[in-house]
Amino acid sequence: MNILDFNKLSLRDINKVLQESDKNSFFSIRNPKGSHALAVGINKQITVKVIGSVGYYCAGMNKFSDIKVEGSAGPGLGENMMSGNIHVTGDVSQYAGASGHGGSILVEGNASSRCGISMKGLDIIVKGNVGHMSAFMAQKGNLVIFGNAGHALGDSIYEANIYVAGEVASLGADCIEKKMTKKHLSKLENILSNANVSDYNLDTFRRFGSARSLYNFNVDNAKIY
Amino acid sequence: MKKKSITEPRTSHTFDAYTNSEIRRAAETGIYDIRGGGSKRNLPNFDDLLFLGASISRYPLEGYRESCNTKVILGDRFSSNPLNLEIPITIAGMSFGALSAQAKEALGRGASLVGTSTTTGDGGMTKEERGHSKQLVYQLLPSRYGMNPDDLRKADAIEIVVGQGAKPGGGGMLLGQKINDRVAEMRTLPKGIDQRSPCRHPDWTGPDDMEIKILELREITGWKVPIFVKVAGSRPYYDVALAAKSGADVVVVDGMQGGTAATQEVFIENVGMPTLACVRPAVRALQELGLHRKVQLIISGGIRNGADVAKALALGADAVSIGSAALIALGDNDPRYQKDYEKLGTTAGSFDDWHEGLDPAGITTQDKKLAKRLDPKLGGRRLANYLNVMTMEAQTIARACGKNDLRNLEPEDLCALTVESAAMAGVPLAGTNWIPGT
Repeated sequence: MNILDFNKLSLRDINKVLQESDKNSFFSIRNPKGSHALAVGINKQITVKVIGSVGYYCAGMNKFSDIKVEGSAGPGLGENMMSGNIHVTGDVSQYAGASGHGGSILVEGNASSRCGISMKGLDIIVKGNVGHMSAFMAQKGNLVIFGNAGHALGDSIYEANIYVAGEVASLGADCIEKKMTKKHLSKLENILSNANVSDYNLDTFRRFGSARSLYNFNVDNAKIY
Repeated sequence: MKKKSITEPRTSHTFDAYTNSEIRRAAETGIYDIRGGGSKRNLPNFDDLLFLGASISRYPLEGYRESCNTKVILGDRFSSNPLNLEIPITIAGMSFGALSAQAKEALGRGASLVGTSTTTGDGGMTKEERGHSKQLVYQLLPSRYGMNPDDLRKADAIEIVVGQGAKPGGGGMLLGQKINDRVAEMRTLPKGIDQRSPCRHPDWTGPDDMEIKILELREITGWKVPIFVKVAGSRPYYDVALAAKSGADVVVVDGMQGGTAATQEVFIENVGMPTLACVRPAVRALQELGLHRKVQLIISGGIRNGADVAKALALGADAVSIGSAALIALGDNDPRYQKDYEKLGTTAGSFDDWHEGLDPAGITTQDKKLAKRLDPKLGGRRLANYLNVMTMEAQTIARACGKNDLRNLEPEDLCALTVESAAMAGVPLAGTNWIPGT
């Protein structure tokens, strides 16, 4: 276990060490004090534990690595991540997992607005609630919400799936509730299992996705655009 | 029998033939017109400025004897590896998807031949353009289609696209006709659907956020490559100041003559400012921050020839960027395809339905047969020729003004032909000392 302490090292120092470390290395980051852009652009399988809360874009564009934040995270957690796993024990701010292509994010607390915006293939699990416009223009992947979802969930969604156990304040344009098939139940179970989440009841989840009515412009839909 | 009228038929300026045809088209189809390119209106532009050649008060340089530097360094404010360009003319961002793979390759070849950069676009980086572009700028766009950290690390510079001159405040559009298997895969969307790129980035909003976004990109790329910020020419004074304050190495300002792959005609023609009006406010913003020449300014939108290059630089830009003109150099709207254009209901020189993917020149298409019409090597050669001509033209003017570096051109070398252009460019009306608005 390598300890990287913000009281002794700069952000550049710490990111450089992480980005240039050997595969399968373990790091513990101390005193992050809400630092922005921490553990970004990692391109190999390493394990990073951050003790404390982080600012914007923690683990941005992550590939392969496992990053755990023992605290809360600011906006843009894991933005455009390609693979790997991010685990936040607290809450996360806006745009968590924005445009992420792969991997997974597990949030034990709540996620603010636009969680999973433009997501392109990653899985996001939020044990609490999510804010408005979550999964806006979500293209691919899965957003699993144990709590409630804010207004305009899944607005203009493409081929992503949303699973919600709680209440949905309202659905966005072209987002509809869809039948929870055996295939989707199995898929949901896999997503949760892969994230080591065990305390769930599959029967409580409903599935939402695209009605696909806005995929090609139709003048009769003009009021929706 | 009714008496024959003796007056000439009178058409309306308000309801001219084009306007009437647009009304009929809207009534028939129920959808606004979508097209590519930039504004076609008769806007105030660089033609409204003239250079004051040297005589007694200033002396010229010999046209074929004395050197005139064209090199420019872009992005040396914070990055350790800035772009070193041989000429101050870059190729603007145009996406694979909007353009064929052959067209992207041709742009890369042409730019590399003369030592300048080319730029990716919405949809990510293709191996063709990376392979053939010695200096490639990778765009970070709101859609993040095809955004990949591996490609980010392969780039020679990163351009955060906040806006585009053809559609300030608007997002991109790539209609289903052009979404083939490869384009769909790169953008993670189903084949054949209309792709609406968002108008805002998904993970930040204002300038304070952008400053942190720039920090993230620098941390990912080890502070090596320059970060450009591209804004549409709508409020250039404030936007350039905010981009510079946010930590940009280079700011790109794109006026409303700048092209797009596709957007609404009403947007192209009615939103934004002419390129001519954008330059001085952008320069003033940098000067007031003490950052002029430290944060480089690139001007784009309707740049056509060496005179335009020289005028933009004289007003304070460090470089220009071209898009539409580069496509014309490759063969866009070439009269040799006149019959094909007529089949599409248009003419060579007027074709702008780039979004439909039927481009006879094989440039704005994903149709394999049409795309084969463009030879990337020949296209690259044509583009290189054109860029060289523009550079020599700009040098000719600079020498005539007594300058041994294109960037030594200055507003005092210019006068304006109209009151409007004098006010916009901040140079005197020809024959007077009057700069309206000062």
